Amino acid sequence: MAEGILVFAEQRNGQLMKAAKEVLTAGYQIAESSGTTVSTVVVGDGVSSITDDISQFGASTIYVADDGELANYSGLAYAEYIRAAIEQADPAVVLFPADSMGQDLAPVVAAKLGVGNGSDVTEIQYQDGTVTAKRPVYAGKSLVNITFQQSPAVLTVRPNTYPPEEHPGEASVENLDVSLPDNALRVTARFEVSESERPELTEANRIVSGGRGVGSPEDFEIIEKLADAMSAAVGASRAVTDAGWRPYSEQVGQTGKTVSPALYVACGISGAIQHLAGMRSSKVIVAINKDPDAPIFKVADYGITGDLFEVVPRMIEELKNES
Amino acid sequence: MNILVCIKQVPDTETKVKIGEDGKSIDESDVNFVLNPYDEFAVEEALQLKEAAGGEVTVITVGPESATSAMRTALAMGADKGIRLDAEDVRLKDSFSIARALATSIEELDYDVIFCGKKAVDDDNHQVGPMLSALLDIPCVSTVTQLEIEGTSFTATREVEGGREIYEGEFPAVFTTDKGLNEPRYAALKGIMQAKKKPIDVSDVQFPEADSVVIESMEMPPESPPGRILGDSADAVPELIRLLKEEAKVL
Ligand SMILES: Cc1cc2nc3c(=O)[nH]c(=O)nc-3n(C[C@H](O)[C@H](O)[C@H](O)COP(=O)(O)OP(=O)(O)OC[C@H]3O[C@@H](n4cnc5c(N)ncnc54)[C@H](O)[C@@H]3O)c2cc1C
Repeated sequence: MAEGILVFAEQRNGQLMKAAKEVLTAGYQIAESSGTTVSTVVVGDGVSSITDDISQFGASTIYVADDGELANYSGLAYAEYIRAAIEQADPAVVLFPADSMGQDLAPVVAAKLGVGNGSDVTEIQYQDGTVTAKRPVYAGKSLVNITFQQSPAVLTVRPNTYPPEEHPGEASVENLDVSLPDNALRVTARFEVSESERPELTEANRIVSGGRGVGSPEDFEIIEKLADAMSAAVGASRAVTDAGWRPYSEQVGQTGKTVSPALYVACGISGAIQHLAGMRSSKVIVAINKDPDAPIFKVADYGITGDLFEVVPRMIEELKNES
Repeated sequence: MNILVCIKQVPDTETKVKIGEDGKSIDESDVNFVLNPYDEFAVEEALQLKEAAGGEVTVITVGPESATSAMRTALAMGADKGIRLDAEDVRLKDSFSIARALATSIEELDYDVIFCGKKAVDDDNHQVGPMLSALLDIPCVSTVTQLEIEGTSFTATREVEGGREIYEGEFPAVFTTDKGLNEPRYAALKGIMQAKKKPIDVSDVQFPEADSVVIESMEMPPESPPGRILGDSADAVPELIRLLKEEAKVL
């Protein structure tokens, strides 16, 4: 009978992703509470070298697919290797990070196995052979509790919900050998690294977001400066991305990114329902807005009802003085 | 070129969620329904491809009679015809059941390319496009923000953590569309009039006996306690920074 947890350990360029460490942690915690074990699967080119990193997170077996053809991500090819690992490990639960790779891959793996997929879950329980999970719907305006009727349960786990914890141990390494079907590599990808030094929005621990109140693309510089002073990522409201002041990739909200950082600072953002939907699960929310009736204050933990052009520079100054 | 677009009718993004009597889905009584915003990008991309390469755009949905209005929106934008796979309670179905229903219907059709929105803004599942590709055994590029097509070859770009992935491949393929890919056109009055006459084929859908992921209950997120206004000027900043460090411990 299917048992145990299998975690997809996402890596890029031989680096284990933060999201992967979180999912490994989730897998370890579920395994601990249900008395079972975690195995992992890592796919890529030259990835044998990161098995040490992976074994810091408590996995007992690491399935490795190491092949030059896997240097760039390919959903169909990666899915074949993950299926091979699933066949060997026969897990009850398969976890992926709910990031761009995980959300592309998990549904393909699930469908190939003939089972469903729980997306972007924030809590998982595995008890008496039943897997249940909680996940936000309507961009976090409500939550649903789901159960899995077929095995394995395939889930993607929302970034920033399981802080990484190390549990160093010894893991056995098994190489996966798969003959890829012809179409598996028919779509080939290249990867271009972005120049930004700032943390990725969906992975960031802190986010500073600007809205229409910032006034112009040039004035967005103070948002960037505050972000730098806080080692934060930069976000924006849709009013800002629609106006072309910032790229769409920075939009937070129902039709932008859903984020859940430890700290979210909203500057000159009114707090429209679609914006709140994307950020209200942030742990601490700070609002800076000159309109005391702005709906953003309803979700904020701390607020200043002032002009952001006075408040934000002062914040930058304070943070610089103290460090 | 035979271009298919999978669409869904969803509550609009203004919807204030109230849990319905079944305790598993929302109370739909005061809800305004629209074409899923991400599907608008899919429809637009399909129309642009048709304008460049010729062919026909067919929109497909799994849903009840009332979902016809979302389909009319796509037809008014310029799609040629619709297929509705008749089903109630689609909001309680898991994506795999929906993807299988779509795949069964699509297998009977001639197609070169399939567009889907990257996710529906009700269930936020991000699944139907990739699952459909797996079931049809064709490649998928999800959350595409740039797409170039020449004959049957494509170059597709998507934003990922730390950079962008650029894909090259051949049709047939599934693309799921993200904001940034294009500017969806508005349906002009003429389009709306024409849409009324465009054919919509309705057929029964055969769902598998059981869903593999089942919604047991719906709940509201925990209410956060009311926040504190620390002041109305920059003078409140030192206190803010102190609280962020000492009380909230996020700095
Ligand atoms: C289908 C759909 C999807 C949507 N998806 C999203 C989404 O994903 N994300 C999103 O953000 N929005 C989304 N929206 C748009 C949303 O409804 C709002 O229009 C948008 O969030 C408003 O952005 P804003 O708060 O920056 O601008 P505004 O609402 O114009 O607010 C600007 C705020 O700045 C304040 N301000 C102005 N000057 C200053 C100053 N000097 N100092 C301090 N404060 C100042 C004002 O008091 C005001 O509160 C969507 C809308 C639709 C219809």
